[in-house]
Amino acid sequence: MTKELDTIVIGGGLHGLSAALYLARAGRKVAILERSWVGRHSSGGTAAGVRTLNRDPAEIPISLEAMDMWHRIETIVGDDCGFHAHGQFEVAEFEHHFPELEERYAMTRAMGFENEELIGRDELRRLVPALAPHCVGAIIARQDGAADPHRTLQAFRRATEAAGVTIYEGAGVIAIEQVGIDWRVRTEQGNFVAPTIVNAAGAWADKIAAMVGDNVEVGHKASMMIVTERIAPLLKPVVGVVGRPLSFKQTHQGTLLIGGGLKGKADLEAQRTFVDFTQLARGARAATDLFPAVDKVRIVRTWAGMESSPKDELPVLCLSPNASGVVHSFGYSGHGFQLVPVCGAIVADLIMQGSTSRQISSFKIDRLYKN
Amino acid sequence: MSAATTARRYGLDVLVVDEQSSPGGQIWRNIEHLSGTPRMAILGKAYEKGLDVVNAFRASGAVFEHGTQVWQIEAGARAFMTRNGAASSVEAGHLLLATGAQERPAPFPGWTLPGVMTIGAAQIVLKSSDQIPSEPVWIAGSGPLSLLYAAQLLKAGGQIAGFLDTTPAGRVVEALSKFTGAAMNAPADLFKGLGWLLSLKRHVRFIAHVTEIEAFGTDRLEQIRYVTAKGRTATVAARLLLVHEGVVPTIHPTLALGCKHVWNIDQDSFAPGLDAWGETSEAGVFVAGDNAGIGGATAACLRGELAGLGVARKAGRISAAEAQTAAKPIRARLKRALAARPFLDRLYRPRQKVFVPDDHTIACRCEEVSVASVRAEIASGRPGPNQIKAFTRAGMGPCQGRQCGYTIARILAAAEGRAVPDVGLQRVRPPLKPVTLGELAALIDADQTP
Repeated sequence: MTKELDTIVIGGGLHGLSAALYLARAGRKVAILERSWVGRHSSGGTAAGVRTLNRDPAEIPISLEAMDMWHRIETIVGDDCGFHAHGQFEVAEFEHHFPELEERYAMTRAMGFENEELIGRDELRRLVPALAPHCVGAIIARQDGAADPHRTLQAFRRATEAAGVTIYEGAGVIAIEQVGIDWRVRTEQGNFVAPTIVNAAGAWADKIAAMVGDNVEVGHKASMMIVTERIAPLLKPVVGVVGRPLSFKQTHQGTLLIGGGLKGKADLEAQRTFVDFTQLARGARAATDLFPAVDKVRIVRTWAGMESSPKDELPVLCLSPNASGVVHSFGYSGHGFQLVPVCGAIVADLIMQGSTSRQISSFKIDRLYKN
Repeated sequence: MSAATTARRYGLDVLVVDEQSSPGGQIWRNIEHLSGTPRMAILGKAYEKGLDVVNAFRASGAVFEHGTQVWQIEAGARAFMTRNGAASSVEAGHLLLATGAQERPAPFPGWTLPGVMTIGAAQIVLKSSDQIPSEPVWIAGSGPLSLLYAAQLLKAGGQIAGFLDTTPAGRVVEALSKFTGAAMNAPADLFKGLGWLLSLKRHVRFIAHVTEIEAFGTDRLEQIRYVTAKGRTATVAARLLLVHEGVVPTIHPTLALGCKHVWNIDQDSFAPGLDAWGETSEAGVFVAGDNAGIGGATAACLRGELAGLGVARKAGRISAAEAQTAAKPIRARLKRALAARPFLDRLYRPRQKVFVPDDHTIACRCEEVSVASVRAEIASGRPGPNQIKAFTRAGMGPCQGRQCGYTIARILAAAEGRAVPDVGLQRVRPPLKPVTLGELAALIDADQTP
């Protein structure tokens, strides 16, 4: 069996779905090849933070555009994805942490970005009464928020399929060969042929890149997450803190979702992740220090979602310099969820026009080439 | 206890941690405190037997940490636990999981109403605080524990309003082929069970071959409706309904550790795949007791002895040849102890409705997800158990899928024409038991203390 297509998307995570969605809506015949099932790794294990706050300056322009898209996400995928804009906060616990926030604020303003704002102790107390009283202030983005990861995944999947994309689950890629002007992708479910390929293979994207001749050094990380039992309403925004691994929020179900870049262990070959409780204890400590009321709240589940993470923690989002018609979209390093809608549009630009008007010059793959 | 006693015999340092306040497990719960009291007589001879095992364990020199909940185990082996609100972690060369069995989740409409509880839970109350229900109870179920508890309840002065036997018609005939093996090797067990049954039928309103049960009530149980195989339907008033449909191995910890599991057709459940010494596919992780497959107390102790030998052998405390010699008589006794099992498994194999309940039944009681809403997700594709969990939240509650895991797998299997082992269970995510944020946070200090 050989399927002939306009574009083959490798990877059925949110970025693969989003890329396929924009391509299909532009009239392309697209298939997604997914080794296990849609959302198996980081897209199914994400905390679903929708955050412009504290991003690397290189990401801010596309992140701001993505934020506009999130505020009208229902018009894009037909569902609000459980998105609520209750803001994201980066809290300074102590006076000596505040200058760091002031510097950040000054830098973003100097660059012309107005999404972040500085607040003092009183405003912080007013917005997050549950926060421990020792905290002195915060930098916040009021338009930021969080979504429901599973609803988002389902919404993108449904929208993508409705746009005419076929999703092949259990279709792991074995090899990629050049055949004339086309690429032939051999999978566990037969061969697929197309002139263009999108590499959205997450933690395994470097292996796909190598198949088309882009040999890159990409790290991986398995970000851990804690979810607790349901409790009475405690807070609305997503709260992080200077100098500690914490991202703290309450979902609309009432559970607490606690993450913040705590790293578990990953076995790429076995496609498994392992939670490291000694590490996780640091997150629990940060949570109970900042929100003393949650001390007795029971942890129900923990997990780690695996994805690729280049040394500079910036994504790879570009045309391949080596392989014509191949676009890379990976390396989101634990903060790619918010970028999903805009990156889909960017990938579609790159595939169909060979360029994009968006600012993506910092995301080239050649910065990661092995010597 | 048996594994620890055996391992101590070969000089190994042994730590036994248990959630209970004294040794004895489920079967011999609270036995040290009941010894010499009138309750011993109510609980029967098989219960009394546990004293020897507990005494040998107490004398073995193994350290027993009671009231301790293990909430996470990492391969290698490191176990995290909480005692009196304080978390700590322990490392060991070998790990033995003797986590026993859990009652088979048997959802039916109304099973989450207050006033409906399991026989296992009722028996815990009888053993640990000498309490029986003050008013007549209805019992619905199948399997030896239903009969045993009914006998114990009557002996303790309790009253049974009626016994709804859910063992399907024809099971006796199906089981007959396995009767000879059982009768030759374990006649006492069979007579014991038969005795309970006959006594029950004499003293209690006994309704055979019940195929359907439904519990009704606004805030708590008020009525039970049941249907028999002959199509007879009746609705009766009830304040307390005790249910039981057999037990299945507690495999949450072995699943979490990534041990390979095999499907046991006779027992309609998964159990970890084990070698002759009880070692799982994960090196250094051993299993003994009913979590290796339901076999009862005698078999559990023998499996424990074998695992104790297996650990001693692996740790180099005993040569392979010595271990074989020591194991030989234990294996012969284990074979006899398990001889009645095929007969019992066939006799008490649950009816289909236990596995695949009707649409309006709650499948996941933590998150209140109905069978219908699980089926609705199946209609829109071919999802596996993990996607069902993500889409419906079934399995996301505090019990972490212990109650709904099999039900979800069965519903999927039935709808997709697949076998249960092919569908599989939801992925187990740590911790094994809920631990509080404060307890986990305290681990930082615990680790820094030398």
